[in-house]
Amino acid sequence: MLHTLAVLVENHPGVLIRVAGLFARRGYNIDSLTVCQTEDPNVSRMTIVVYGDDQIIEQVRNQLSKLVVVHSVTDLTGESVVDRELALIRVEVSVETRSVVLQTVEVFRGRVVDMGRSNITIELTGDIAKIDAFVHAIRPYGLLELVRTGKIAILRSDV
Amino acid sequence: MNEEKKGSNGATVLLNALHLEDVDVLFGYPGGAVLPLYDALLDSPIRHVLTRHEQGAVYAADGYARVSGKVGVCLATSGPGATNVVTGIANSYLDSIPLVVLTGQVSTSSLGTDSFQEVDIIGITMPITKHSYLVKDPRELPRVIKEAFYIARTGRPGPVLIDLPKDVLAQENVESFSSEMQLKGYKVFGIGNNGKSEEVAKALSECKKPVLYAGGGVVTAGAEGVIRQLAEKTDLPVVTTLMGIGSLPFGHPNLLGMVGMHGTVTANYAVDDCDLLIAVGVRFDDRVTSGLGHRFATKAKVIHIDIDPVEISKVVKTHIQIVGDARTVLEEVLDVMPGFTVPQVADWWKQLRVWKNDHSLSYDLDRLTPQMVIKCLGEQVSENTIVTTDVGQHQMWVAQYYPTVNPRNYATSCGLGAMGYGLPAAVGAQIARPDDLVVLITGDGSLQMSMQELGTIAQNKLPIKIILLNNGVLGMVRQLQKIFYEERYSHILLEGNPDFVKLAEAYGILGIQVDSSEQVLSAITEAIKHPGPVLVNFTIAPDEAVFPFVPTGKEITEMIVR
Repeated sequence: MLHTLAVLVENHPGVLIRVAGLFARRGYNIDSLTVCQTEDPNVSRMTIVVYGDDQIIEQVRNQLSKLVVVHSVTDLTGESVVDRELALIRVEVSVETRSVVLQTVEVFRGRVVDMGRSNITIELTGDIAKIDAFVHAIRPYGLLELVRTGKIAILRSDV
Repeated sequence: MNEEKKGSNGATVLLNALHLEDVDVLFGYPGGAVLPLYDALLDSPIRHVLTRHEQGAVYAADGYARVSGKVGVCLATSGPGATNVVTGIANSYLDSIPLVVLTGQVSTSSLGTDSFQEVDIIGITMPITKHSYLVKDPRELPRVIKEAFYIARTGRPGPVLIDLPKDVLAQENVESFSSEMQLKGYKVFGIGNNGKSEEVAKALSECKKPVLYAGGGVVTAGAEGVIRQLAEKTDLPVVTTLMGIGSLPFGHPNLLGMVGMHGTVTANYAVDDCDLLIAVGVRFDDRVTSGLGHRFATKAKVIHIDIDPVEISKVVKTHIQIVGDARTVLEEVLDVMPGFTVPQVADWWKQLRVWKNDHSLSYDLDRLTPQMVIKCLGEQVSENTIVTTDVGQHQMWVAQYYPTVNPRNYATSCGLGAMGYGLPAAVGAQIARPDDLVVLITGDGSLQMSMQELGTIAQNKLPIKIILLNNGVLGMVRQLQKIFYEERYSHILLEGNPDFVKLAEAYGILGIQVDSSEQVLSAITEAIKHPGPVLVNFTIAPDEAVFPFVPTGKEITEMIVR
């Protein structure tokens, strides 16, 4: 199954290649990987979505923890989390399809961020299922370009 | 020592930091990018041993580390110097040997421009180092050196590489820097037992057919003493891996021998039949399990003790897992043992003795055999003697027949199986322990992969004894071709071999030729008595094979015994 790992790493050049190289070498499959600075400028946070059974995920976690540049590894799978992905989607529009495309964007609470003569660009935020659903809905009208950030996630606070 | 005198350049700062880490010797080879370092070496108390190839330097540092328990240090220039240490780094990585590897690099302004003798050695070695550093500011050197040694020797040890651009070494007036470590992400696992000692003691007291399976982690932790106590108190049978040889002294009644591909029949049967397997500092390597983790020790409750959490349940499903230092963990088990009954293992030993009697290791006595040479050597040398080997048939015969009593007196390339290791490793061992006898046991194939290091022996007057088991072929490959490829021998004849006795003499090394079994004893005693280096060339039959032998992919009970 898919697991979401939150990995805190040193914010240094060369850290990404250590992590990515480890996945390649050991044959683990990365579904998505995002990385950026955190509240501490010396620390970056990677959100890695990886596919594997429990034994493989345990190996992934242990192997990651062994890297000197990795501060911590947390498996967010099964935890109560808020997770989001951002997508930018360019869709072909004609006079006939324009209104139905815009209606679809509205239903999914997307925003039009750029408009050309024959296409529009939509910004959409949500969990992976929502973005998948939107892409599925919009595809018949002419999906021209799709950019997704990959998932980021954070644990929910205790109520 | 956070402050440095004004006027030091990067190279001096580096050497001072090495001195603070108690480094007494560097094995290395100079070149353009490390000129500032070689200049500073002239004023440093640290000894430098010039090898004849950078690969020799890294193997020597590895041999030094294995027999001394200290971190080995080697030094190479950029580009080809750096790529020449790659095999050696892989060797130390696979056997978890602590090493600090210093490589020269082109100046920071030229980095990434494909300049002369530039390679991305950090990138090349990333999968085979525990960690690595590219130093871009000489003020980082004291911290980097301190961290590198700490990482190399703690937890599961391994090689750490430090890449040193020439301008960083040459920069003058390096001042005010800190050597404080910044290792937020580095974790050393398992100091304690997490309260599992009782579980182990209970499992031991309740079992009928226990086996302790000891590997390299025992040597790293210095746990051989506590293993002996545990074995003697509970009459526990012990098998070892190649890395774990010496965990129990050769000849100890509880030692069943090596387990795995060329292990003893008794050791392999015992592991297969046991009801409790206590695996200590091992990783269930495929040379032990035949790559069949799911069919290994299937009747047993498996206890796995290792300092690296990655190894737990990697290959074999285990029942009790303890992440920790082998010695600390076993000492705690010993402490709680008095609260439990001693296991009833008399019937088990009866069975083990039957196997031992039926399948003892044997060889022909009526002609010159390699086994005979190794056995004779073992009888003539003291317990403090260090033996290094290369890779191939002779390595397995040493594992089977040489009486290793202390694991620190034995250095061989296990995980990587790197031919050419033995001679430079002997150099490192002799430098580490100048007062002990060092013997290299090798073959004619392996020796020729590092033969240039005879010059290092000659230059440094190292009294190493070289036992060359010369069969004129690549024996292990030949054996495999004989059994699995219907004697279709492909490219295993070493027809261009030199006259090794004359070759030794050309280096000023005493050469002795042995052609018959009657000459073995006198040649060995003469070699030991000779104050300088000696090479004894034993001409043996190419047909000699290593038995027992578990073919790849077969279970460890499916041995070819002879």
